[in-house]
Amino acid sequence: MYKIERKIRFAEGLFGIWVEAPYVAERANAGQFVMIMTHEKGERVPLTMADYDREKGLIFLVFLVAGKTTAQLADMEQNEELYSLVGPLGKASEIENYGKVICVGGGTGIAAIYPIARALKDAGNQVLSIIGARNRDLIFMEDEVKKVSDRLIVTTDDGSYGAKGFVTDALKKILEEERVDRIWSVGPAIMMKNVALLTKNYGVKTLVSLNAIMIDATGMCGTCRVTVGDETKLTCVDGPEFDGHAVDWNEFMNRLTRYRSQERMAMERYRGGR
Amino acid sequence: MAEQIPPRERYRREPVAMKEQDPGERIHNFNEVPLGYSKEDAVYEAQRCLGCKTAPCVTGCPAEIKIPEFIELIVKEDFAGAYFKILETNSLPAVCGRVCPQETQCQGNCVFNKTGKPINIGKLERFVADYARNNNVRPQVAVAEKKNKRIAVVGSGPAGLTCAFDLAKNGYDVTVFEGLHRPGGVLVYGIPEFRLPKSIIDYEIEGIRSLGVKIVTDFVVGATRTLDELASEFDGVFVANGAGSPQFLGIPGENLNDVYSANEFLTRSNLMKAYLFPEYDTPIKTGNRIAVIGAGNVTMDAARTALRLGAGEVHVVYRRTRVESPARAEEIEHAEEEGVIFDWLTLPVRVLGDEKGNVTGMECIRMELGEPDASGRRKPVPVEGSNFVMECDQVIDAIGTQANPLVRAEGMKKNDRGYIIVDEESKATTRRGIFAGGDIARGSATVILAIGDAKKAAKAISATI
Repeated sequence: MYKIERKIRFAEGLFGIWVEAPYVAERANAGQFVMIMTHEKGERVPLTMADYDREKGLIFLVFLVAGKTTAQLADMEQNEELYSLVGPLGKASEIENYGKVICVGGGTGIAAIYPIARALKDAGNQVLSIIGARNRDLIFMEDEVKKVSDRLIVTTDDGSYGAKGFVTDALKKILEEERVDRIWSVGPAIMMKNVALLTKNYGVKTLVSLNAIMIDATGMCGTCRVTVGDETKLTCVDGPEFDGHAVDWNEFMNRLTRYRSQERMAMERYRGGR
Repeated sequence: MAEQIPPRERYRREPVAMKEQDPGERIHNFNEVPLGYSKEDAVYEAQRCLGCKTAPCVTGCPAEIKIPEFIELIVKEDFAGAYFKILETNSLPAVCGRVCPQETQCQGNCVFNKTGKPINIGKLERFVADYARNNNVRPQVAVAEKKNKRIAVVGSGPAGLTCAFDLAKNGYDVTVFEGLHRPGGVLVYGIPEFRLPKSIIDYEIEGIRSLGVKIVTDFVVGATRTLDELASEFDGVFVANGAGSPQFLGIPGENLNDVYSANEFLTRSNLMKAYLFPEYDTPIKTGNRIAVIGAGNVTMDAARTALRLGAGEVHVVYRRTRVESPARAEEIEHAEEEGVIFDWLTLPVRVLGDEKGNVTGMECIRMELGEPDASGRRKPVPVEGSNFVMECDQVIDAIGTQANPLVRAEGMKKNDRGYIIVDEESKATTRRGIFAGGDIARGSATVILAIGDAKKAAKAISATI
């Protein structure tokens, strides 16, 4: 079960894996995620699906090595099996023909934005995509995103590829000149927050996909709760997509730091133990 | 083989207490608190049983265990026989022997209550199950001829496992679907190791599997597949996914970093074994001064887990008093012995924190008891102007759980609180072919009531499908 069929190394510490999960692949839709465990003593970690192949029963997951679980995942090779994988979880993106939409993906969020852009394109939208990363090496799946976009802008923080600057710089330029009906933004919390702050000025509804800490991911533990407007929502079952203008970003970003010291310690032990 | 003793001696003999780990020692480990009976203890206790023909104890047992019969087998020192006798009606004896509130069920009905010395039925049940496990006695259960009917069970907690076991015995082909990566439901994610060691659950689940029951983990009904799909694929469905959604008080500050639901705290520690971090990867936090809100069994589990994780001071904060507490007396006593501090008649109104999201304290108000409310308990009323700030750096909400909305099906009605509406006797839902029991149908209750529901459903399924 959950065999790694193929492993792709995009860059140092940035990988994609096609994993055998027929039940999940059959029902997966844009915006949904899975929970994985690398081994019996592992953590349960959510990963947004970057793609799925219903016929072959495979799903595609992209991750950047950030902690022990992703480091272990990176150390797993083709034909090895994940200990646990469950999904598809969360609500799928609400795909309709909105008119003109922008899909913004930053970092590993590029992977998550791809199936959303594709679904929006299939639904008849005019899709503008902006993908960004720190540098050229960390830009990946560019061809895939390009194929489902009417226009694609690539940004890098250091200017080593595409336009120099943040995705928000490119986004601002478009919003200044064009009328846009809806925006999706997936990436690091700080990027999504900045996108939401920017788009609020232009009054364009913006959906963000929150990468909260989760355990069961079925609405049981409440660890992924987030304030949206006046309400507490559970990212796992009510999300992961929410109206970026209503998310309490400070609270959300604080909650992401809850286990930082333990995460660092686990990572150091893992690295030291090899 | 031990002797029967004369009735007069049975009246006279004192019940056998079960040894427990010393509180000072046990708060430093997650080992079980009660240490179990020896063979001699069990026989000596079993000899007290009058073996009443009317068996009022059985009337008090939702699992309909043949209590006088298994106790008689203990007296005869046929412990394997006693185990098989219990298995005739209950697939989870090691669990029930530990977590059932026997004082209000079997033992509560024992004729010896008149003398204040009811038979320790739960302890005997535990002994028998432990004996079987420790001596690798595999279940011997009569299985009916195969029926060629497939039943899906949603959830592998006590209700799901019980229904699967009973249906498998009746010849059904049963598949249990579990959302998490290991089966057991609340038994593995909710109840701590020191009350219910996980190895025990694994053994009882193995016993259920040995009847041919298939358990599919990593399968969330309502996500991986819908209940409607299962209902069309199988000849019948029993829904027992529990009432797993956490409840919060709804007061300001509850989304601060160090505010946990009891579900999160216990799931991290129990299911994910965060108490063994960093050997296990899942972390957990324990503060210096923790406030655990509520006064149910889960509250005690959370408070006692926090102590074992090294918390400096653990307070249970409850708006009523000890008398109104929903927790079993034994749980409160255990918590007290271990040093948990009880702040009765105290209602939290706000959690205080800093800009980084750390908890810095909790504002509370003192309460007093007024007139009885709908539950028959005296209603707590705030004492005006009595607000004060309780110093703490972590808060655990353990005020109960509610129905999880994930599992739904066409035509299967729920009540206004989201619980599935069922027929009291058959556990049939309003959708033909779908039955439901345990917490998702009755609201948060006990393991044994869930087991009772599952048995009723299994009977109804066997009669109609």
